[in-house]
Amino acid sequence: MKRTLENIENQFEMFQIMNEEGEIVNEDAMPDLSDEDLKEIMKRMVYTRILDQRSIALNRQGRLGFYAPTAGQEASQLGSQYALEKADFILPGYRDVPQLIWHGLPLYQAFLFSRGHFKGNQMPEGVNAVSPQIIIGAQITQAAGVGLGFKKRGQDAVAITYTGDGGASQGDFYEGINFAGAFGAQAIFVVQNNRFAISVPVEKQSAAQTIAQKAVAAGIEGIQVDGMDVLAVYAATKEARKRAVDGEGPTLIETLTYRYGPHTMAGDDPTRYRTDDEDSEWEKKDPIVRFRKYLEGKDLWSEEEENELIEKTKEEIKAAVKEADNTPKQKVTDLISNMHEQLPPNLEEQMEEYKEKESK
Amino acid sequence: MAQMTMIQAITNAMHTELKNDENVLIYGEDVGQNGGVFRATEGLQDEFGEDRVFDTPLAESGIGGMSIGLALTGFRPVPEIQFFGFVYETMDAINGQMARYRYRTGNTRSMPITIRSPFGGGVHTPELHADSLEGLIAQQPGVRVVIPSTPYDAKGLLISSIRDNDPVVFLEHMKLYRSFRGEVPEEEYTIELDKADIKREGTDVTLVAYGAMVHSCLKAAEELEENGVSAEVIDLRTVSPVDYETILESVKKTNRAVVVQEAQKQAGIAASVAAEIQEKAILHLEAPVLRVHAPDTVYAFTQAEEVWLPNYNSVVEKVNQVMNF
Repeated sequence: MKRTLENIENQFEMFQIMNEEGEIVNEDAMPDLSDEDLKEIMKRMVYTRILDQRSIALNRQGRLGFYAPTAGQEASQLGSQYALEKADFILPGYRDVPQLIWHGLPLYQAFLFSRGHFKGNQMPEGVNAVSPQIIIGAQITQAAGVGLGFKKRGQDAVAITYTGDGGASQGDFYEGINFAGAFGAQAIFVVQNNRFAISVPVEKQSAAQTIAQKAVAAGIEGIQVDGMDVLAVYAATKEARKRAVDGEGPTLIETLTYRYGPHTMAGDDPTRYRTDDEDSEWEKKDPIVRFRKYLEGKDLWSEEEENELIEKTKEEIKAAVKEADNTPKQKVTDLISNMHEQLPPNLEEQMEEYKEKESK
Repeated sequence: MAQMTMIQAITNAMHTELKNDENVLIYGEDVGQNGGVFRATEGLQDEFGEDRVFDTPLAESGIGGMSIGLALTGFRPVPEIQFFGFVYETMDAINGQMARYRYRTGNTRSMPITIRSPFGGGVHTPELHADSLEGLIAQQPGVRVVIPSTPYDAKGLLISSIRDNDPVVFLEHMKLYRSFRGEVPEEEYTIELDKADIKREGTDVTLVAYGAMVHSCLKAAEELEENGVSAEVIDLRTVSPVDYETILESVKKTNRAVVVQEAQKQAGIAASVAAEIQEKAILHLEAPVLRVHAPDTVYAFTQAEEVWLPNYNSVVEKVNQVMNF
């Protein structure tokens, strides 16, 4: 009897273009990016890191609400997002707010999402995305549907969805990638493997050595990528996008990454399940540090430029917080009127009741 | 006018909407070449092609989630869940997702999805095929539950459901599929959602029911008539949200009500109807509002099915109680 598992697992080697020192180690795979593109990617990662720091501070001051820290995952989040076109549709997980911002969600609305205001979930016209999914994995089957919709309409667009290593254990993950494969949906499934589903390590999620190999069972392409290497994530997503719109089927991308912070700001304490050694080992792989080295080597980036960007980002954040503060609070009557296209009789009655309450 | 069974009326409605709107898609397990396990989609793939009428992999959660994605790209999906007992597999897609999408997206996205599914007892199915699970969906705001009781209603209500821009769970009682024929116009027509229908007028007692129990009530009403009791029979048609206005108007006339459901007693539609009647019309009542229902057990295996299910005798019995109160 032939044993196949080992042979399959051996084929899923981590794809990397730039190592921890910012050196290009896979010149052949280097994506076609202009100097401007490279600088823009750096800008987005720095912006997002600063936004994360400010969001954590705002949360601690009681001024933000629900927040899932992003530091450490910038290359996975923004390298993949940078490979998208405007027509592409993002179905994010709860940590994937940065992709939405760079796809066109105004920052103050991202804050409103955190604060639990429905306006935070209203994508502006032309921004193809839905708000972050809270149920782990529910977005994956939906992405298969969006990707099938694009195929049926013959559109040059893909659905891209994000989940984590824990999400890859959900039934909806398997159903989603299987449906997408069976229908040839124009979809990309990104699993940001940050090693912990809240506290449970990835080794306890599955006997599989990689998450990427799960693509094999669904009959679709799978690739494991260095999720701290923004060039590799970009190149893999770009390739997956091309394959999807060319009718070659969906792709599962596993990015190996790490979240430096807690799962969310609602009381998670990572020291209960991670060691300092592990944290510092991953910090050495930092996506921004290595990309900075790479760009400095090409004379495309300077400390001065970065400081200027940081100041500008902080100003933008301040302005966005103010705009969020100035948005009138959501009312129960807003909720009632957003439940259906036309109010059913039970809600008509309750609408009157709450109008009365809110007028006091 | 054509005489059709309920299943024929349902096929006819889907045919009408496939023709009317190119965004309508019909899919599910075995709905393609096979035409569905009850033949509801018979011939539709041949006529409209595999792009619009197609088989899916055997996974209900995937069917539900995919429907949301198709709706996000402007389609009007009409998926079939092969038997409604399988809805547990896709509860998140229905109650956790499509029902909430309009609110979640701040009224910027619609979920014009109609999930069709057979349910209901008396046809000797294996476990988890016959259960009346409408209450599970009825408890979730944002999704309608529509249950027709006649071929005419089935066509009109299904067309209205498909055209509605909010999600609808459209439940088809298996016992009604082929048990009788009724007049169904060949041309298209709609029946307003959220509106109950008075299936029989009466003056002494109001019977509120839906699905197969409407027929038990009609049969009971005939028998009661012989004993001098005039029963009004209200068919809810849409069981969530309920059209309380029609019920209350009737109860104010008859002063008595019996609410009938095939489902178990606990936490059901009938409980909600009975509560609303006493909240809004207690001074009009000559007797307590009684309920007809199945016992609070899981659905019976086939050998106990006939006794487990409520029938017209159970209705007559409860009506006699309210008349003699």
